[in-house]
Amino acid sequence: MGTREPKFYWEDFPVGETVEFGEKHVTKEEILEFASEFDPQPFHLDEEAAKQSILGGLCASGWHSCAMMMRMMCDGYILESASLGAPGVDEVRWRKPVYVGDTLRLRRTCTERRPSKSRPEMGLTRFHIEMLNQKDEAVLTSDGWAMYGRRYPGQPVEE
Amino acid sequence: MPWFEDIKIGTRMELGSYTFTADEITAFAKKYDPQYFHIDAEAAKHGPFGALTASGWHTTSTWMKLMIAKRRATPEPADENGCKPPAGGPSPGFLEMKWPNPVRAGDTISYSAEVIEKLDMRSRPEWGIVRSLNIGVNQHGETVLSFIGQGLIEKRIPGSA
Repeated sequence: MGTREPKFYWEDFPVGETVEFGEKHVTKEEILEFASEFDPQPFHLDEEAAKQSILGGLCASGWHSCAMMMRMMCDGYILESASLGAPGVDEVRWRKPVYVGDTLRLRRTCTERRPSKSRPEMGLTRFHIEMLNQKDEAVLTSDGWAMYGRRYPGQPVEE
Repeated sequence: MPWFEDIKIGTRMELGSYTFTADEITAFAKKYDPQYFHIDAEAAKHGPFGALTASGWHTTSTWMKLMIAKRRATPEPADENGCKPPAGGPSPGFLEMKWPNPVRAGDTISYSAEVIEKLDMRSRPEWGIVRSLNIGVNQHGETVLSFIGQGLIEKRIPGSA
């Protein structure tokens, strides 16, 4: 939120809505930078070792993929929203490796929502996120709740 | 890594601790999670946590950093036939990630991992999946991170349980 009036409140994410956004080109330098600091395993650091591994080539740490997903969500809507953070993530599946040169985007579907009972100024939203590569393969999927400020605090909601 | 067959449910590893500085919190968040309460200490005072806090992905990625460091520091010896132990495999994902308390600048988080489940893979008899409950606790004893991690681990004898 910060200083500007948010564009998206809890009310602006209806159940069933699907939107696509983001374009992230994955470079070797970024893969090496993240992996060197947080996940220095051979298949994230060494092209030859990666080719010999079950992953078949140099690919991003799954935690790097999560971080890239977060950045695309921030740029796609969170920074313009009344975001109040997230309590966690129910499940993330790393379905396919993210390779050097891949171009990623996100597809977000709102699957559930409810107003907070204890905090009338807040609502909870559950999103299913697919991270897709340039071949339209889902490389990562995520399901989880996040909290948003309400445009109309405490107003009854019909679903 | 030990072989899949040698991993015992209930085994717990202490991974050590890590102190999060304000500079590291903001550097990570500027790249990956630039919400104001992760990048701007002044604005964060008026935010949901009342202070600058680390991205949950930063807290979690640091668990991985310490796990890899622990594995490196405690290598498995070769067995009596001179057969080297396997390297760790990739992960199919994780479950039940929770960030129940924020990580603030200056907090020291102690990380651990406990094996809770072993699964066979029908499609890949040479690998098994090991699930672990991974925890991060701050200097006040509050849990800041909890998730069920999964890793593919090679079997000494493909198809064995």
